[in-house]
Amino acid sequence: MITINVAMAVVLAVLYSVGFYLLLQRSLMRILIGIVVLGHGANLLLQLAGGPPARAPVLGTALPEEFADPLPQALALTAIVITFALTTYLLALGYRSWVLTGRDEVQDDVEDRRVAERERPEGSMEEDAEGPDDEEDPGSAAASDRTDEPAEVSGSGAAR
Amino acid sequence: MLALVVAHLVVAALLPLVSRRSRRAAFGIAAVLPAATLVWGFAHLGAALGPGLEETVTWSSALDLELGFRLDALGLVMIVLVGGLGALILAYSAWYFGKDSRDAPRNSALLLAFAGAMLGLVLADDLLTLYVFWELTSIASFLLVGQGGLHRANRRAAVQALLVTVLGGLAMLLGIVFVGESAGTYRISEIVAAPPVGGLAATGIALILVGALTKSAQAPFHPWLPAAMAAPTPVSAYLHAASMVKAGVVLVGRLSPGFADRAEWWVPIAVLGLVTMLIGGWRALHETDLKRLLAFGTVSQLGFLMVLFGSGDRIGEVAALTMLLAHGLFKAPLFMVVGIVDKVTGTREVGALSGLRRGLPGLAVAAVLAAASMAGVPFLLGFLGKEAAFEAFVHQGLYYDPARGWVLALGLLTGSVLTVAYSARFLWGAFADKPGVEPVDPKRPARGLLVPTWTAAVAGLVLGCVPPLVNALAQPYADAYPATDATEADYHLALWHGFSLPLLFSVVALAVGLALHVGRDRITGLHRTLAHPLSAQRGYEVVVAGLERAATQVTGRVQVGSLPVYLGVLLCTVLVLPGIALLTGGAWPRDQSLVSSLLQLPLGLIVVVAALALTRVRRRFTAVLLVGAIGYGIGGLFVVDGAPDLALAQFLVETLTLVAFVFVLRRLPAHFDSDGGTDTASGNRPRRGVEMRKAVLATVAGVFVAVAGVVLSGARQQPPAASGEFVARAPEAGADNVIAAILVDFRALDTVGEITVLLIAAAGTASLVLATRFDRRRKAGGGTPEHEKEVLG
Repeated sequence: MITINVAMAVVLAVLYSVGFYLLLQRSLMRILIGIVVLGHGANLLLQLAGGPPARAPVLGTALPEEFADPLPQALALTAIVITFALTTYLLALGYRSWVLTGRDEVQDDVEDRRVAERERPEGSMEEDAEGPDDEEDPGSAAASDRTDEPAEVSGSGAAR
Repeated sequence: MLALVVAHLVVAALLPLVSRRSRRAAFGIAAVLPAATLVWGFAHLGAALGPGLEETVTWSSALDLELGFRLDALGLVMIVLVGGLGALILAYSAWYFGKDSRDAPRNSALLLAFAGAMLGLVLADDLLTLYVFWELTSIASFLLVGQGGLHRANRRAAVQALLVTVLGGLAMLLGIVFVGESAGTYRISEIVAAPPVGGLAATGIALILVGALTKSAQAPFHPWLPAAMAAPTPVSAYLHAASMVKAGVVLVGRLSPGFADRAEWWVPIAVLGLVTMLIGGWRALHETDLKRLLAFGTVSQLGFLMVLFGSGDRIGEVAALTMLLAHGLFKAPLFMVVGIVDKVTGTREVGALSGLRRGLPGLAVAAVLAAASMAGVPFLLGFLGKEAAFEAFVHQGLYYDPARGWVLALGLLTGSVLTVAYSARFLWGAFADKPGVEPVDPKRPARGLLVPTWTAAVAGLVLGCVPPLVNALAQPYADAYPATDATEADYHLALWHGFSLPLLFSVVALAVGLALHVGRDRITGLHRTLAHPLSAQRGYEVVVAGLERAATQVTGRVQVGSLPVYLGVLLCTVLVLPGIALLTGGAWPRDQSLVSSLLQLPLGLIVVVAALALTRVRRRFTAVLLVGAIGYGIGGLFVVDGAPDLALAQFLVETLTLVAFVFVLRRLPAHFDSDGGTDTASGNRPRRGVEMRKAVLATVAGVFVAVAGVVLSGARQQPPAASGEFVARAPEAGADNVIAAILVDFRALDTVGEITVLLIAAAGTASLVLATRFDRRRKAGGGTPEHEKEVLG
């Protein structure tokens, strides 16, 4: 008796599909619109979950048994307002980003791309193993007499 | 015992305060605690050789964890090595490191901290306690080998030592849990008394063995030990000869009384131990660096010790404990000798040293004492151990298990031949006159360097001449193993057992070993011609390089840096996990109607058409208008559903949103695709296939949400009791509208939270917009966003 009907299920499916599709785009504005559409879908879902159409829950206009479930409505109302707040904030963010970068597009992370192109990590142990040995033998007695004068620090010079 | 361990660590932490004033004093203070440990150990001699001295400190009673310690014969021998040799080596270090050495402060503190961890390790009677100290020694080794990380050789060796030993340590931890859980206790003494059986215990034992074999540098894990010679010589003497590398051997010695009769325990130990002994000895014969020569010698001796401790044979275990003590007492002074030679001549190369026997006669005598003990020459401790080892396996071969006994006996004989050869090579390399090499003129070594060296070397001679002393230490440990006959029960260490096979073995080892040394040129030639198809070091490098490449590739694949890809993964996860649950557990409701109210149809149609059109439009303004149409359509649906409050809020919000969009849109380009004329990324315009995939994924996900909504709403049987309660109580809140009563009364706190969110969003939006306006006002003239970009971007 409370089941979402077929027509509304179709509306929900379309709203969510379009929302997801726009979210997967690269244009910042499209993504934002996708979020708005998803918000609409979510609000509708909340309301529909309360049950089929019924009388407005206002005392004196109908019997309490004829009322639509007020709780999902209250939650959906909160959700609508929060969606609005989110939308305006994202809009301002997107605008600011566009002003600063001149782009309305979500870029790929350049650093991640660089990692993907690399064969081995930075500071690789393998590199350390392949490199030439230092002039000085660190296990020697002479090395143990070294004092902290900067000139003594050998070329491999890791920062200490 | 815990107090002793903690004292080491505390003093080590405070030591930098001393070394700031005087490096030498710091080493001197550091040497006090290990020496005190030695005294403490001998003060409890009676208990240690008898029932054992136990101490338990509750760590966490809720988790049933405790720190368990036990001093017994094996522990006492290790205290001689950790405490006695530790004190000697720390005293030696005071003169080894220069007065202003930059490395001395770090080394003094770390060596003492290591001594504490090692003490905990050898005294631990609880497997988890043992594990904690085990890893602490690995970390200390990493820091001491790595030194300041200034040299490539240090870094490489430290990482290799850490990776190999910690790999073994982690395997061991798993093994400890398996064994501990199947035995019902983590107490080593209890586990050994009633060893657990079954598949879990067998797996656990094998895993613990991996830990022991890596820590004690057994083939094929051995290359980390010669590489660790990049550390200063006192560190090599202490960690990588006398104490830390013995940890694996000691663990085997602790568990052998319970497991030595099992094939999964003794077979790998015997095979790998023997192989390690032979490989180490063979490699030592060709090293030209005296320190690396000793390192391979240590590898070889560790293999020997493994075979002995894993034998489970009463005589073998007497030999094991004797050799354990002997190895510490001859290998530590040999390293100290190398350190002194290096110090006074500036080289450790066999080819560059000549004539030192005349330049440093005293040192040469100490070296001969130690090397002779290593080779198994009579009247030295090494001889006692080796005789007992030969006796054990010859006896086994003659009377019980011919195959195992003779293979091990002859294997050890071969190993001993190599040992004699590289001992001779060491003495020859360090002290002999070499034709064609200019005799080096050494400086006088400091007395502080000579005294510790002599002390350790002479200890080997004294103990070797008084077998009953060693016997008193070794017998209590060997008593844990059953004697199979009278010979085993009555076996005692002695200098003279009469003419017997073991004596013949000793003579053969010495004779053939010396012959090998005489024919060293031919051996070197043979070594050169033998190809090395398998190299353990190369294997390690290939594995590490493979791991690094694999990690980079996985990171590159997983972390692609593309937002659509990440979202796609999220959506797929949603589809797969809850999707499967929905398919298997959900039921399609039977009472579903086509439509509840006819008005839903036109309104729904508006929403659907607007939404579908959204995906096609190119103009931003059209898109925003379509969003508005969706919003108003949904508002209409709310009216139909009997939610006028929702509809009101929806209409208001939609109007405001439209206004906000229009404000922003008037500054943006009209079309989505003309984002800024200078867009460099426009080169990779979305391809058709990618767009299709996105559309399919989004559609499937959208349908999933709708289906989930239908199925889940169909699962509901009754309106919630809370709703009825709200309706009934609304008059008490003084409201006719139930929704209003809920928002401002029943769930008022939620509403306050909502208002807070609105405020924060408003503040954020305002600051972002104001920032842009501020930027614009700052530049005279102001202008288009492109202009701003040039200045700000």
